[in-house]
Parts: sequence; structure tokens; C-alpha cells
Amino acid sequence: RAMELPPGRFPAARAAAVAVAYLRYLRGGPGSGLQLRELRRARRQDIDDVGHKYYLELELEDVLDKDRTVNCTAEVLYHLGSKTSAPDVQVTVQGELRSTEEADKEFYNRIRSLEKELVAENIPDSHGNVPPELEPIHLLAWVASGYVIWQNSTENTKFHLAQVKHVKQVKRSDEDLQFDFVVLLHEMVSQEVLPWEVTLLWHPQRGARVPQSRAAGAGS
Amino acid sequence: IQLDFWLAPHRLGRPVDIRVPFRSLQAVKAHLEASGVSYSIMIEDVQALLDEEQREMLRSSRQRSLDTTTFNYEAYHTIDEIYNFMDMLVAENPNLVSKLEIGRSTENRPLYVLKFSTGGTNRPAIWIDTGIHSREWVTQASGVWFAKKIVQDHANNEGVASILETMDIFLEIVTNPDGFAYTHTTNRMWRKTRSKHAGAICVGVDPNRNWDAGFGDAGASGNSCSETYHGPYPNSEPEVKSIVDFVKSHGNIKAFISIHSYSQLLLYPYGYTTTPAPDEQELHEVSAKAVAALSSLYGTQFEYGSIITTIYRASGSTVDWTYNQGIKYSFTFELRDTGRYGFLLPAKQIVPTAQETWLALKVIMEHARDNIY
Repeated sequence: RAMELPPGRFPAARAAAVAVAYLRYLRGGPGSGLQLRELRRARRQDIDDVGHKYYLELELEDVLDKDRTVNCTAEVLYHLGSKTSAPDVQVTVQGELRSTEEADKEFYNRIRSLEKELVAENIPDSHGNVPPELEPIHLLAWVASGYVIWQNSTENTKFHLAQVKHVKQVKRSDEDLQFDFVVLLHEMVSQEVLPWEVTLLWHPQRGARVPQSRAAGAGS
Repeated sequence: IQLDFWLAPHRLGRPVDIRVPFRSLQAVKAHLEASGVSYSIMIEDVQALLDEEQREMLRSSRQRSLDTTTFNYEAYHTIDEIYNFMDMLVAENPNLVSKLEIGRSTENRPLYVLKFSTGGTNRPAIWIDTGIHSREWVTQASGVWFAKKIVQDHANNEGVASILETMDIFLEIVTNPDGFAYTHTTNRMWRKTRSKHAGAICVGVDPNRNWDAGFGDAGASGNSCSETYHGPYPNSEPEVKSIVDFVKSHGNIKAFISIHSYSQLLLYPYGYTTTPAPDEQELHEVSAKAVAALSSLYGTQFEYGSIITTIYRASGSTVDWTYNQGIKYSFTFELRDTGRYGFLLPAKQIVPTAQETWLALKVIMEHARDNIY
């Protein structure tokens, strides 16, 4: 009942992008960034009255350690006709992702001990530069936009994080780190670059949470 | 107090220069005044001077290079720098390279095409354009590298030298100069032209939806505020019309390659219809070879196929028009990367991107040369 799809063509590629975004939200952090190395296989099943379900086999690589790859399988279910419901995504990672415990702790302590709250903009800059000390922030922006991308994807969209326009750390009385991002998301089909305001909470053990996100006003 | 003595005290009656951290300023002033020691402020804000020095250093490192040998191919350049590069290249190689002005942009910037030719009259030709979408900076930067590469190959009698024996190469590096200037001054993410048409609320037309092939069909937008706005009518954009006029009057272009970024794709017609192009099989085979050549250098993986099956439906696109004009070898590239940096590709990837893309371009050019039609 599931139809084999050519991995090089857009329907499979779009579903894979959703799976990767979801995984970045779930497993990403300041010390790790996953990206798709290869979409090995894709199948699609059209489920009456429910929607379209994609079965994917992916090979992912760690952007900070390109020699390490990990395989995973994913299922992405786009709900029928629904513009308000996020796709259901399940991902199973085969094997181990690189442990980032130490890097995470170091980052956490560094940010917690800052006298002034961190503020930065234009990551990367126009020339693609990311200062090394801001790379963890860039990766956390991937986590935050991973959530937004997952929540807002349809079979007719393919989102990527184009740039972190602005990021501001907000000191909290609890143990989470909070970053308020303005990110630019590039949507491939419409070619629009859309500003989104996203709040990210992150903790080395507890991981990430996005308590709020919204498309920012037009005219930026 | 952390006083930093730039001219230390060493004799009575001699001045002392001190750099005072901001937080100690009040205390130091109070102390000097209370002690009756006169002082004057030589530099109000040392940091400001340092910042200005940094900016100046950056500016001077971008100083105009004197020739195409010292030109920095590993950096992104402004439109003036690229136009200056073109003039230098022509001046250094007057027997091979000439600069043609094929029109003017909406904001009256010249639209320049470099012609590489070893002679003949109206030889069969290859057209390459970069930068039609202004935010795709790695493409204009690659175009600059291609120009230099053609000249080098010719000088060393290798690579495309053999192609230049029987064919001409036309290269338009800054195909959308108004948009490109805008990405430098105002909005790095600007894609379209900068035209303002009567009745349109927003500025700019997507120059890759403005061609007369399925114009206005699904795959473009009629809303001027959209990134894929097709414009009021085909060829409404001077950036597009100038190429149309050039192609028609030249009449002997055999391969047409339009270069974009990002996504790592090699695409052929059609974008506006699911009907396969009559030459699809041949175009698919050439694409396979081109992609393999590209990948051989650094392992960069490209997908390939028709526009509509590989990326999305797009109407009014460049290579659909050129193909329908009879230019069989019509291709669109989407260069690095696949989304990690997207449009903001780090400058250090310019040269590797240009090098690998060049290998694919050579496959297409050689195929065009060896398959006369």
C-alpha cells in the first residue's frame, strides 16, 4: 500500500526536512547540530480520511564532526487538509549520537556566569561568518527553528533557518537558560524569508522547550 | 583603580599620560582636583578609536586590487569591485575578452556580459549567467572565478581552450545589479529586481518568473509583494528583456546555463508543465555526467532532474524559455549548500564551489561542442 518515492524528488525531500527539523528540536543543543547527509529511501502511503504518511530512511551527520554519521528511520504524517495541525513525526535513531555532555555543561556555566545578558545579531553575517563563541547560539537557534519548522510544515513547504536576526538572553530565576530569538526562515516553495519570534528554554539535562513562537510582523 | 600609564611619571614637571577605565573616572578626577593637579582629556573614548581602527583595517583590506592576479577570489565583493574586475580582465586579455553592455537595469545600472572568443564570426556559443537572484551571493562570486578560469585555461592551452577554438562563451556575472546593490546596502535577503510597476503595491519582480514560457501559469504569483511575482507581462524587466534580445539577435547560442543557489541541484526544463521536454532523455544523461564530474572534486552531492519534478512547479522561468527557443542544452544549477548556511554561504566555500561547478559546466560545454545541432 505504500508507494516507493524517488529520494531526489521534492515530495520525499520535504518530508525528510520535517523529520530533521523535529529531530533537531528533540535532540539538538549548543554542542551538536544534525543535518541530513542522505535520504536513502522514501515511501508514501495515502490513508483515506487521515492524510499522507511518509516512511523515510535517513543518514544524518553531525555538523561539528562530519566523520560521524548516524542512521535513522522516520515517519511523517501530514494530516488531511489541515492547515492548523502540525505533522505527526516519529524518529528512531539507530546507534548513538555523539555525547555533548561536557560541551553542554561548559556552555551552560559560561552563559549563567555572564554579568550582562548575551545579545547578538546577524548569525551568520552577510558573508557567512559565525564567530566561534556564537556557534553554540547558532546551534540553539537550529533547535528553536526546528520546533517552528516542524509545527508549520505542510507537503507544500520546505523550510530552512536562513539567519538569526537577533538573539537576547533573558535571565531566569529557575535553572533554565532562556533565549529570545528573531529568526529568518526561508521557505523554498514560495521563496519567502519569514521572520519568526521564538522563545527557547534550554537545560543541559532537560533539553529544549519552546513555550512560545509567532510569525513576526511584516515590514522588517 | 587599574590605571594604565601610557607615559609613566619619571620627573617633576613632566606630564604623565594615563588611560583610566570608565568605572574609575570619577574617583581619579576627584583625586586630581582635590590634590590641585591639573589635567586635560586627550582621548575621550579609547574604545571608539579602536573600533574605528578595526573598521579602517577592514576597509583597507578590501582595497581595490590592481590586477586579476591579486584579486581576492575567496571573498564576497561589491558591485563596483566586480565591475572593476571585469575591466581589469579585459585590459589584461584584450585578444580574448571583451565587455558588452546588453542593456540597463531599472535603476539604470549597466548590464554587462563578458565575451570570450578566439575569433570567427558569430560562432556557436555558450551562455552562462550568475546572480539573477541577488541574494544568491555564491553565484556572482563563482561567476568572477569562472571568468578568470576561462582566461587561465586559454593561456595554458588546457581545459576550455579547446572549446574556445570553435565556440564563444558569454558570461553575465551580475545579472541583477539593482538587487545585488540592495543586498549590500539594505536587505541581504533581497531576491527580485527593484522595479516598481504601475498599480503594484510592492517593489520588485522575480526575474526567474518573468520569461515568456508558461508566463503567469501556476508556479508564479500575481501579487507584487510575493517573492515569485511574475511581473505585469513577460519581459517587463529590463534585466530579462536584455537577455531575450541578445539571445534572439545572436541566434547561435547552443547551451544556456543559469546559475542559482542553494540546494545542490542540476535542473533542466520544464518547470511550468509536467509534459516532459522532448530531449529529456539526453538532458538527463548529460546531467548525470555533469553531476558525477562535480562530485569527483570534493564529494559534493547533487540531485538532478526536471524542474517540476525535482524542486517545484515554476512558470516563466529562464531555461524553459531558452529551451523553447531551440536552445537544447538549457540547464539551471542550484549551488551549495543544502540549507546549513543557505544564502549566507561562508566565503571560504566560494572557490571550492566554483571549482566543482566548473567541472560540471565543462561537461555540458563539451557535450554541446561535440553534438552540433
